[in-house]
Amino acid sequence: MANIGMLNAANAVTMPLGRTLPEGPRGKKPRKRLSRGNIIVYGTLFVVALYYALPLYVMIVTSLKGMPEIRMGNIFAPPLEITFEPWVKAWKEACTGINCDGLSRGFSNSVRILIPSVILSVAIASVNGYALSMWKFRGSEVFFTILMIGAFIPYQVMLYPIVILLREAGLYGSLTGLVLVHVAFGMPINTLLFRNYFASIPEELFKAARVDGAGFWAIFFKIILPMSLPICVVAFIIQVTGIWNDFLFGVTYISSPDRYPMTVQLNNIVNSVQGVKEYNVNMAATLLTGLVPLVIYFASGKLFVRGIAAGAVKG
Amino acid sequence: MKLSTQLLAATAICAASSAGAVDLEVMHWWTSGGEAAAVSKLAEAWNATGNTWVDGAIAGGGDTARPVMVSRIIGGDPPAAFQFNHGRQAEELIDAGLLLDITDVAEAQGWKDIVNPPSLLESCTVDGKIYCAPINIHSWNWMWLSGPAYEKAGIEMPTDWNSFMESAEALRAAGVTPLAMGGQSWQQAGAFNNVMTIAIAGKDAWLSVMQDKNAETVMGPEYTAAFEAYAAARELSTGINVQDWNQATNALINGEGGAQIMGDWAQGEFAVAGMTAGEDYGCLPGLGMGAYLQTGGDAFYFPVNDDPEITAGQKELAAMLLSPEVQVAFNSVKGSLPVRGDVDLTTVNECTQKGLDLLANGQTLPASEQLIAPDTITQLNDLMTEFWNTPSMTAAEVQQQYADIIAQAE
Amino acid sequence: MTTTDIRPQTGRSAAVRRPSRLLRNLSSKVAMLPLIFTALVIFLGGTIWTVVYSFTKSGLLPRLSWAGLDQYERLWSSRKWIVSIENLAVYGVFSLIGTLVIGFTLAALLDRKIRGEAVFRSIFLYPFALSFIVTGLVWQWILNPELGLQHVVRGMGFESFTFDPLNNPNIVMFGLLIAGLWQGTGLIMCIMLAGLRGIDDDIWKAARVDGIGTVKTYIRIIIPMMRPVFVTSLVLIAAGIVKLYDLVVAQTSGGPGISSEVPAKYVMTAMFGGQNLGQGFAASTMMLLMVVIILIPWAYLEFGGKRRG
Repeated sequence: MANIGMLNAANAVTMPLGRTLPEGPRGKKPRKRLSRGNIIVYGTLFVVALYYALPLYVMIVTSLKGMPEIRMGNIFAPPLEITFEPWVKAWKEACTGINCDGLSRGFSNSVRILIPSVILSVAIASVNGYALSMWKFRGSEVFFTILMIGAFIPYQVMLYPIVILLREAGLYGSLTGLVLVHVAFGMPINTLLFRNYFASIPEELFKAARVDGAGFWAIFFKIILPMSLPICVVAFIIQVTGIWNDFLFGVTYISSPDRYPMTVQLNNIVNSVQGVKEYNVNMAATLLTGLVPLVIYFASGKLFVRGIAAGAVKG
Repeated sequence: MKLSTQLLAATAICAASSAGAVDLEVMHWWTSGGEAAAVSKLAEAWNATGNTWVDGAIAGGGDTARPVMVSRIIGGDPPAAFQFNHGRQAEELIDAGLLLDITDVAEAQGWKDIVNPPSLLESCTVDGKIYCAPINIHSWNWMWLSGPAYEKAGIEMPTDWNSFMESAEALRAAGVTPLAMGGQSWQQAGAFNNVMTIAIAGKDAWLSVMQDKNAETVMGPEYTAAFEAYAAARELSTGINVQDWNQATNALINGEGGAQIMGDWAQGEFAVAGMTAGEDYGCLPGLGMGAYLQTGGDAFYFPVNDDPEITAGQKELAAMLLSPEVQVAFNSVKGSLPVRGDVDLTTVNECTQKGLDLLANGQTLPASEQLIAPDTITQLNDLMTEFWNTPSMTAAEVQQQYADIIAQAE
Repeated sequence: MTTTDIRPQTGRSAAVRRPSRLLRNLSSKVAMLPLIFTALVIFLGGTIWTVVYSFTKSGLLPRLSWAGLDQYERLWSSRKWIVSIENLAVYGVFSLIGTLVIGFTLAALLDRKIRGEAVFRSIFLYPFALSFIVTGLVWQWILNPELGLQHVVRGMGFESFTFDPLNNPNIVMFGLLIAGLWQGTGLIMCIMLAGLRGIDDDIWKAARVDGIGTVKTYIRIIIPMMRPVFVTSLVLIAAGIVKLYDLVVAQTSGGPGISSEVPAKYVMTAMFGGQNLGQGFAASTMMLLMVVIILIPWAYLEFGGKRRG
């Protein structure tokens, strides 16, 4: 909250300055890089960035230390002796019960769960959003409202009803069942994103297509879909994060330890209730597990913002 | 049918070979180093019979693992065996007919004669039928003392609760927090519900409360003394802020904490730190006064399965879990006591010996989990942890609320 | 989904007015079947199931043995439940305001055509990639008085420095908030940033011509224009607040005492720790009821009112 105070102070200082300068706040980039305003903007961003970066720094530094060094104390100190052993251990030696093959065991399972779940949820959410924004029918908003309330239900509450549903459908314990659960629970937020995105597409475009005789699917595939790459990226990223980090559904709806996702092993490494806590291995395991969404983020940051700019904004 | 399974059970005990090899998935929450080593003893023994142990470990304790186990059972795709604590946790599953009756195995092996204390088998028994195989005994009723801390204070280790209270001042003066207590509610509640009540209020008062759910006893003079002692203990614990029980044990190891009230599993931590019982750390069963051991621990249950081959395998596994070799191998590593009175552990230190003696003398009591429902335990946990962390809450207040919970307990 | 056999019908329904209520807009209805199924069977069905079983004595297994309102009486006489609600209210208010204000402020700063925007943005966003379990673990560690921040600051010579929120019942919720904001503000910042990017430059020019200051322009002109952005953000933040669970478990497990308990954790402990499903369902029914009371009027205003075409 400190940064808000700083911002106000910053503006109090820059205000008279802002009036005299020809460039406004959002004018073309001023080449005078060290104006007082800029110092304050950069200063604020820098301080806040420290707060955000600190935990990542701690994780990385800790994962490179040996246990004796960690016991000595300072979690912020860089490692005296860099060791990659915790990483190796987290990846292929850490034990889950009697299976000591670390996170590597679950990685391919996680990928196998992730890909169909993400593709299917983005596909369905895009059609939902399209129908909700351009082909409304009596009751469509009611269904949508129920869906939105669903976004607020704690997952744990739905654990048993879904077990029963899956059992009745003959899908309990299967990958298909788990994928469908991920699709269902990702649906509210993603549908909202797509719906708001499509609502911002100029109506004339849609009307012209209707006049030409194009139907529901024709318009969707020929006109709407090609325009919706940015929002697809957003939905994609949100789903990748949610599904990759999921522990509860993966462990409950998959009925064979051989097919558990990576988060189950992460949980087993991090949450061992008894015994000595190996912080360095914990941190390495955490980083390894977070690597997939992290890489996707850093790689697609620009697309993400562009996508949200186009999507989440116009309601 | 019965004869054939008896035969099968007998084969499992005598010769470690069986005709139809099956894969059995076993779910449990034993995931720390020592625990996993103990589980691997079970797996080795099982694999040696020509079958395959499929390990389904879920870390995070019972609260994380139990929903997964129950979901699997409700979903109709249960594991072949799963771990629960001794007690009433599985009652409903048995009532619903979801668990396998293994009475024939128990009879073939004569569990009635070998399982000690008998309460363990009673916990597995519903309407005369046996549904689980007890595997180990853990007891809560210990106070551990830190050698380094008492050395720092320059005084002898106390011999009971009262002399510990007297030593507290000297510990404080030496910069030691007299009592190390972890932040989780089960630790704070367990220290009272299991240890201080039995030691201070006495066995009879404790049974009156836990077994007969007599709320008047809670308000009686015996329990008043226990509540006052608990309130005094609260004062002694300020200074160490840790969450996990083993971090609290660690405070004893490095001499920051004087004592800890914790179950026998804490001994594993001292062992890992290379400390010797009786020298580097001391132990007072039952706080050194009126020692009784509660016989909690773990048992395996076997969900009903349509596949006769798996059912046969489940019974074979049940028989194996109680075989003398497995009992010794498992419990020596796990740090728990065997459920059979007729086997000897490979390594026994001073503290474990005290425990074994109490067990042999029959100075045992059931675990709280065997007497009161998990729901009531949760309520007591919430109450005791609130008291422990709210300095303004008085012993009288917590006593009244405790009585209210007991009055409503089933 | 087969597209060919549906399209002609839609065409007809568009040309001929009201052939049949049900067939109108058929493709759209067919396309929405997954949504309708999810909304009705999973969310509505699951909710009804939960509510029904909240009136039972279900323990470890769901059973229809009626208990009337017993579970609710017990719920509302439980101190832990009351504390949970209070905590959620405190966390909710501060998290909502904090996330919106910080998210918007960061977005506004990044929008001032600064250098290294991509770097800053990535730094602010990456925590969102990490699960709450991991977030809780890391922050528990940083806030640990013996290892983390307090230890380090004291080591620098400030012996009396005390910052130990996780062990102080009065401020423990703020310890959670530090971690929660860290994890969640990045996404909101991105959404806000996108919203700012969508604002026409002409508006800034006009504001400048009128001599309106920067802050004033943001507050008086820009923020009102970004209402839909705030709505999307609000839904995201609020849904996260109601479901707050993993973070608490990883960081404090509800302690010290019961001072950082939250409703979702109450539900979980009742269901799986206490093996009292009925009590857990009663608690989750109350949670849902609160959400519905807040959400329905808002959803009606937001989604129900205006119709396209």
